[in-house]
Amino acid sequence: MIQAQHLTKRYGPKTAVDDLSFAVAPGVVTGFLGPNGAGKSTTMRMVVGLDRPSSGTVTVNGKPYRDHAAPLHEVGTHLEARAAHTGRSALNHLLALAATHGIPRRRVDEVIGLVGLEEVARRRAGAFSLGMGQRLGIAAALLGDPATIILDEPVNGLDPEGILWIRGLLRDLAAQGRTVLVSSHLLNEMAVTADHVIVVGRGRLIADVSMEELVRTAAGNTVRARSPEAARLRDLLAGPGVTVTSSEPGLLRVEGVSSEQVGELAREHGIALYELVAESASLEEAFMELTSGSVEFKSHGVAWEGQRSAA
Amino acid sequence: MTSVLSAPSHPTGTADLAAGPQSADAQPVTLARVVRSEWVKLRSLRSTGIVLGLTAVLMVALGMLITYFSWHGSNAFARARFDAIDRSLSGAHLAMLTVGVLGVLVITGEYTTGMIRSTLSAVPRRLPVVWAKVAVFAPVTFVVSLVSALVAFLVSQALIAPHGASLSSPGALRAVVGVALFLTVMGIMGTGLGFLTRSTAGGITSVVGLTFVLQAIGAALPASWQHSVVPYLPLQAGEAVFTIRPDTTLLAPWPGFALFCAYAALTVLAGAYTLEHRDA
Repeated sequence: MIQAQHLTKRYGPKTAVDDLSFAVAPGVVTGFLGPNGAGKSTTMRMVVGLDRPSSGTVTVNGKPYRDHAAPLHEVGTHLEARAAHTGRSALNHLLALAATHGIPRRRVDEVIGLVGLEEVARRRAGAFSLGMGQRLGIAAALLGDPATIILDEPVNGLDPEGILWIRGLLRDLAAQGRTVLVSSHLLNEMAVTADHVIVVGRGRLIADVSMEELVRTAAGNTVRARSPEAARLRDLLAGPGVTVTSSEPGLLRVEGVSSEQVGELAREHGIALYELVAESASLEEAFMELTSGSVEFKSHGVAWEGQRSAA
Repeated sequence: MTSVLSAPSHPTGTADLAAGPQSADAQPVTLARVVRSEWVKLRSLRSTGIVLGLTAVLMVALGMLITYFSWHGSNAFARARFDAIDRSLSGAHLAMLTVGVLGVLVITGEYTTGMIRSTLSAVPRRLPVVWAKVAVFAPVTFVVSLVSALVAFLVSQALIAPHGASLSSPGALRAVVGVALFLTVMGIMGTGLGFLTRSTAGGITSVVGLTFVLQAIGAALPASWQHSVVPYLPLQAGEAVFTIRPDTTLLAPWPGFALFCAYAALTVLAGAYTLEHRDA
């Protein structure tokens, strides 16, 4: 369980994380989504006390990370691809971390096996590929068998086999009842791994919803209708909350109603439909829709509020 | 591998975690454990052996060379004033740089590689990392320095036998142990400066600055100031502990060393403050 309340981080005049409040629940994979520079890494660093919040608080399993007597048993983190001394072997890196918590050697060997680094455990971490470095970081995160796991962009640099492995790993960890928070700017990756998403842009919370809901509500669903009486159908559909656009004669794009509602309305009024298609937005589109405001707008003015209400 | 359920036999195996964190097995972070961790770190880097080996070679080789050639190159007048103990420990003037650099690297190596984030995630209270690094680095450096100083002394004296000194000569034992203490504290100062600057280049520059540069500045001062300033500079204060001849420009051995220790303690405390208060 991770709980952030009004978390804010300012670097001089720049606000990296802006009044962020969210909770990450156990038992599901929570995706932490946002474009590069949205404040994901800074937030994760504040969760484990590497960065100090300018204001606000964040707790893990009920306490600030720093106050846990045995933090590696509470939270496993893999925040950056480079988090091991390049001159030290993977084995010694893990042994050094394990020593701080009195974690036995057999657990070190176990996590090395878990991430598939047995062959290279005695090689210098500096000679590792990005993918191997990710595996080493994940091994370190799992070392203390923690109830909460935080991984920052773990699929970066992994080969397809490694990506499949990570997906399985994250699902297994969540299925065991752990809290799993995974950041990514790769939307399609999140779509297949995350059950829930926290979307941030410019340091602010944009959405905190299930993955399904993100796709459904963020971009909205569009109904495409083709009819010889398009103009009449358009007038009948008109009403609050409904937007109808047309790019060619006879074709309507309707937002705000379901395809069923359009079909029923047409039948009631005896309007022939040649085509009726419910177009659901891809995650990519939903994401662009959600974060475009946060990327483009220079201030949190009216445009920003518009984005939020759209979400 | 797509499952983490591969270790069912282990009491803290990931498969057992469905019920929550394994607090029954969890052992807290203690200073002793952090010290053990730092010991694993220090001995698992090749640079540690290289720098300590270089320190030993410099101590012994320079001691031998300088003792031998300064004795054989001296006339009767100079030989009457020959300080065999001091000559045999000449290597300390270079070895203080190697141990200073090792002291810096002990921490800046973590900043340059990103290791510091792993370290501070494991020890989020941070300050134990400073104490543990010093607690591991200091005895290792002391042992290497003491053995090197002893070998340098004995071999150098043998080279110019029967004119050399022995460990029972006045001040000899104090000088040999003093060199080892001086080098150890110099290394600790390096670690403090490393925590303070967080960069290898910055740390090494600070070590050189606090020693050679201050010494050069001191030497450039007007003569009337020198007596009141120079003995209190870090390097001069520290060197007093292995200086044999009474030297009016230096403090007495142990007061000088105490002052040197105070300088080192200040850098370590400043480094600890930096670690505690800055984002990692």
